[in-house]
Amino acid sequence: MKLIVDGKRLDGRSLSDLRTPLAIRAGVLNKADGSAYIEWGNNKILAAVYGPKECIPRHDINPYKAVVRCRYAMSPFASFEEHGRTGPNRRSREISKVIQEVFENVILAEQFPKTAIDIFIEVLQADGGTRVAGLTAAAVALADAGIPMKDVVAGIAAGKIDGQIAVDFGKYEDNFGESDMPFAISLRTGEILLFQMDGMLTKDEIAKAIDMAFEGAKKVNELQVKALKARYVEKEEKGAAPAPGIPPQEPASAEQPPQPAEGQEQPY
Amino acid sequence: MEILDEVKKDFIRDLIAKGKRPDERAFDDYRQITIEKGAIPSAEGSARVHMGQTQVLVGIKMDTGTPFADRPEEGVLATNAELLPMASPTFEPGPPSAESIELARVVDRGIRSSNAVDLPSLFIEPEKVWMTFVDIYVLDHDGNMLDAAALAAMAAIENCRMPKFEDGKVVRGEYAGPLKIGNRCVTCTFAKVGSAMLLDPSFDEEKAMDARITIATTPDYVCAVQKGCAGGFTRDEVLSLVDASFKKGNDLRALL
Repeated sequence: MKLIVDGKRLDGRSLSDLRTPLAIRAGVLNKADGSAYIEWGNNKILAAVYGPKECIPRHDINPYKAVVRCRYAMSPFASFEEHGRTGPNRRSREISKVIQEVFENVILAEQFPKTAIDIFIEVLQADGGTRVAGLTAAAVALADAGIPMKDVVAGIAAGKIDGQIAVDFGKYEDNFGESDMPFAISLRTGEILLFQMDGMLTKDEIAKAIDMAFEGAKKVNELQVKALKARYVEKEEKGAAPAPGIPPQEPASAEQPPQPAEGQEQPY
Repeated sequence: MEILDEVKKDFIRDLIAKGKRPDERAFDDYRQITIEKGAIPSAEGSARVHMGQTQVLVGIKMDTGTPFADRPEEGVLATNAELLPMASPTFEPGPPSAESIELARVVDRGIRSSNAVDLPSLFIEPEKVWMTFVDIYVLDHDGNMLDAAALAAMAAIENCRMPKFEDGKVVRGEYAGPLKIGNRCVTCTFAKVGSAMLLDPSFDEEKAMDARITIATTPDYVCAVQKGCAGGFTRDEVLSLVDASFKKGNDLRALL
């Protein structure tokens, strides 16, 4: 399957373009201390944060800092393929672990000893790059919960398709590409906090993928900040009014990805 | 919260800041490594690796089964890891921990990406392929389980024999030749302690580390990466560790 034709990808993007839509909204749930919803390509992902709160079970308590926990999960109806299974599996357990480690880095957990901070990421619809989209939303949800952090971490994937390094793969590029590298990047410190990779790459290709990922992360981070600012304006106007909820959908077309480029808004 | 661990951690961090390791190794040295192929003759392939005091056994069993729907003409590779409760006071019996799942999946990713096991050669007939079960047993945990497990897995793959297949049945105890191998993949794991990068961290060094990165290589390519723990790596740190992994990876491959 050709993934790049005349320098353009299946959905008309260049190698460095991010998918559209890429939209983040903060404060979408009522009960959670913080929440966010992200639509990124055909990904639709909710993130929620509870805490700092009492740490249960008590044997998990750390007397010096808050325990940060993360659950990444995918709904059984998330893919265009067959019905998935509910509940954790090996893939989701690994992803939960690496995302948890990202937030252990940025949350100022020492300020909340003996407590727990729970991060929940639910992938409602999946289209490749769910872990980086999920953690991008979770970073916004943590900020929305007012939890002090060193940085709002941005997620972005890079990799190799048809012999070329590119960023932000959709499902087809994920499945039929040669290499996939999800990243979480703290732009303030210049550190890579989540880094996984499969496929076969040379050192130069890895260097190029990292550089492109940093560029992409800047765009993602801008949207995270924008979502948080919009949330503050909302709070100013309505007080701590109920969260706006997930915006209603325009009637979804049954069209499956990849969609044709024409008639779509410009890639971000 | 283990008080002794906290005290030890400070001691080790101070030592490393002065350019020394507790066992006086250089920062880019492995501990002594031994590989014993064919340690378990009942398995189709096996190997036991000692890396210092860390001890990992890998056994491979082969069976026939149905292929995955999206790869109908390829064999199946399944990797699992057991952190035996006897290996460390921190391992408990029960369902697999996130740590053991990560260990198995990172070893699997390296083998799979590098085509260490030639999966197309495991096709038998439509709807019937060879399944390769790679089981990682951590027997004794003194740090860097990942490199020991990946090395043991690669050694076991090299040691693996194909069972004889006759009249639609597997003939146990008789073999039809070696398993077909593609590239030889090994991993190099580094612990970041302050600004120091330590190859092959020991158990105590792992307690003191800020971050961990595992880089799997073949002679020419990086075939898997996994960053672990809360700390981060800069772009330049990653690239210099990629160089080190190619160099040290060749040393490991020479031992196989």
